Amino acid sequence: MTSNLHHNGHQPILLGNARRGYRGVVQAIDSQRVASALQPVELESRLIELGFVEGAKVEVLHEGIIGRDPIAVRVDNITIAVRRREAMAVVLM
Amino acid sequence: MSSIESQPFNLALVGTPNSGKTSLFNALTGSRQKVANYPGVTVERKAGVFTTPGGRTVSILDLPGTYSLRGRSPDEEITRDVVLGRRSGEVVPDLVLCVADTTNLRLTFRLMLELKATGRPLMLVLNMYDIAMRRGVTVDLEKLSERLGIPVVTSIAVRKGGTVDLLKRTDEFAAQIGTAPVTSGWRPLTTAELRALQREADQIITDCVSLPARPHTLTAKVDSVVLHPVAGLAILFLILFVMFQAVFTWAQPLMELISGGFEALGDFVRATLPEGLLQSFLQNGVISGVGSVIVFLPQIIIIFLFILLLEDFGYMARAAFLMDRIMGGAGLHGRAFIPLLSSFACAIPGIMSTRVIDNRRDRLTTILIAPLMTCSARIPVYTLIISAFIPAKQVFGWINLQGLVMFGLYTAGITSALAVSALIKFFMWRDYEPAPFMLELPDYKLPRLKSVAIGIYIRAKMFLQRAGTTIFSMMVLIWFLASFPRPPAGATGPAIDYSLASIIGHAIEPVLAPLGFNWQIAVALIPGMAAREVAVAALGTVYAIEGGKEAAEQIGQVLTTKWSLATALSLLAWFVFAPQCASTLAVIKRETGSWRWMGVTFIYMFALAYVASLITYNVAVAFGAG
Ligand SMILES: Nc1nc2c(ncn2[C@@H]2O[C@H](COP(=O)(O)OP(=O)(O)OP(=O)(O)O)[C@@H](O)[C@H]2O)c(=O)[nH]1
Ligand SMILES: [Mg+2]
Repeated sequence: MTSNLHHNGHQPILLGNARRGYRGVVQAIDSQRVASALQPVELESRLIELGFVEGAKVEVLHEGIIGRDPIAVRVDNITIAVRRREAMAVVLM
Repeated sequence: MSSIESQPFNLALVGTPNSGKTSLFNALTGSRQKVANYPGVTVERKAGVFTTPGGRTVSILDLPGTYSLRGRSPDEEITRDVVLGRRSGEVVPDLVLCVADTTNLRLTFRLMLELKATGRPLMLVLNMYDIAMRRGVTVDLEKLSERLGIPVVTSIAVRKGGTVDLLKRTDEFAAQIGTAPVTSGWRPLTTAELRALQREADQIITDCVSLPARPHTLTAKVDSVVLHPVAGLAILFLILFVMFQAVFTWAQPLMELISGGFEALGDFVRATLPEGLLQSFLQNGVISGVGSVIVFLPQIIIIFLFILLLEDFGYMARAAFLMDRIMGGAGLHGRAFIPLLSSFACAIPGIMSTRVIDNRRDRLTTILIAPLMTCSARIPVYTLIISAFIPAKQVFGWINLQGLVMFGLYTAGITSALAVSALIKFFMWRDYEPAPFMLELPDYKLPRLKSVAIGIYIRAKMFLQRAGTTIFSMMVLIWFLASFPRPPAGATGPAIDYSLASIIGHAIEPVLAPLGFNWQIAVALIPGMAAREVAVAALGTVYAIEGGKEAAEQIGQVLTTKWSLATALSLLAWFVFAPQCASTLAVIKRETGSWRWMGVTFIYMFALAYVASLITYNVAVAFGAG
């Protein structure tokens, strides 16, 4: 799912880098280069199972105290807590 | 329909975590399984039976919540295997009830489509319909049912009559079909298939459900404070602090009442029964022994009240979020927080709930350190010693010093747990990446009085049952050891000096003497292996037999005359660490599937206890508390 990352002029941003208050739409899940303990396919599956699919609206609601990690993310109408490390797999626009 | 069915109709409750499966199970069967407002409460399969209004006997399974059938952690594997009929000795469900939180349908609908594809007969239960209606969610039930090709019912698991619809449709369904096909086709979905299912689910929601535009504003408001990086942590620590202060201050009047009652009972026994073995048994063994433990019931209730309220409110998942990185620094998984916090109540459910942790190493680390969390069985020991040796004065004007020491002991437990975890990570699993933390934060719910009351009732009953069984039988043993053999005729010293207890105690004493423990403590620690409170009861009995009438009254007062402050502090340190609970060790054996990890826990905790007591005693003596 690495194609189409740069389209219609928007600079894609990774959820793992987004700051509190950031709102965006999931453009892709790209777990290949993420330094997670999970295998890329496993990480991708889990993210999808928690609602991170292309087109989902997300908003970073809260950040933890150490290194602003983990983050609480609104995904459509639920709130998911996730570490920035894993959130790097979620490409937003 | 014929009401004499030889085979019961088999239901299974499947759904995403926190959708209300266990609440439904309890509503249908009248059971009292644990319900709380965070994902991952149920970690085992639980079976129950009920009769439908149509007279049909239904056997129903409550299962751990899951987002998919992949089975990423031990609890989710149970659900998968039951649904797919892969568990040996388990009947395949005739009908799977897919339970959804109606305010949060996306993820459940994806799961439901996956369930549907297995070919198992399916019914969709739109639970928490009350909350959904209040928020303005409307569902076109007929259209939804038609679209999915399965029956759809609404339910309100926590309200009387909230399952009428569900029961009716179950009856209808059971009447129609014969037995379900046993074969089922399922293989793990590829990510492309997962996406496709989620799209389909989203499309169905768009077509059949209308959602309000705003998210739950109360939750958002509370979270803006509770999840604030600084204020949130401050609140978390404040909650814990108040909890331990409350255990001391609120419980006091009630405890005095109970201990007064036991004293009166003791006096009554002494006054009515002739002096002799029976009087001694009732007064020293039963009343001083078991009574000294029952006194702590109010404290147990207070600690459970706090934990239950936090769980039902929806705070637990937030606490896990706040603590994730802090615990991660000690090599712990963020999901370890909830099991560890429940270990404040008792390590056994705490260790069980580690099943939600997918990674084996993370799970094992959590299991190994869970017994270091200060469980409620330590409360009697701590309280007894603290109230005897620490003055009940106020420091800084408003903090109760006894409560502060209690808080210190809890902190010691937590800190040592984190330290042990860091060591485990450093020595054993250095090479390894931290496992991910992904957790749904549920909307807050007001705790329901009834469920909190039931929760407390169950815990109190368990505590009293233990006092009546384990503790009582240990007490009989201790009383026997401390009373026999009887002193020879013409003996001058106290009778107990001739008893088996004294012989055993004196035999172990040399090993424990460096810690400042006398022989009475040594004997009390042995039955204390069964459960920590037993040690208190054992001390009660031993000193009561030794000291006669006066000693039987107030074990605490006796201790101040028999022990130095250094001994008391040393014993406190011992109980922070010592593995004095047979049931916990048994659960570790079961959950890890090996004697090895049980042995590791036992040995490391003993070593810690010995070293900690040795240091405490010697430092205290050096400061003149010997
Ligand atoms: N208002 C309302 N609350 C409900 C309803 N059903 C369940 N709840 C609450 O929702 C929370 C979760 O309920 P549980 O029954 O523990 O959920 P579960 O599906 O068993 O959760 P897991 O075991 O973690 O998978 C609890 O706080 C319940 O009191 C309902 O119909 N209406
Ligand atoms: Mg449950």
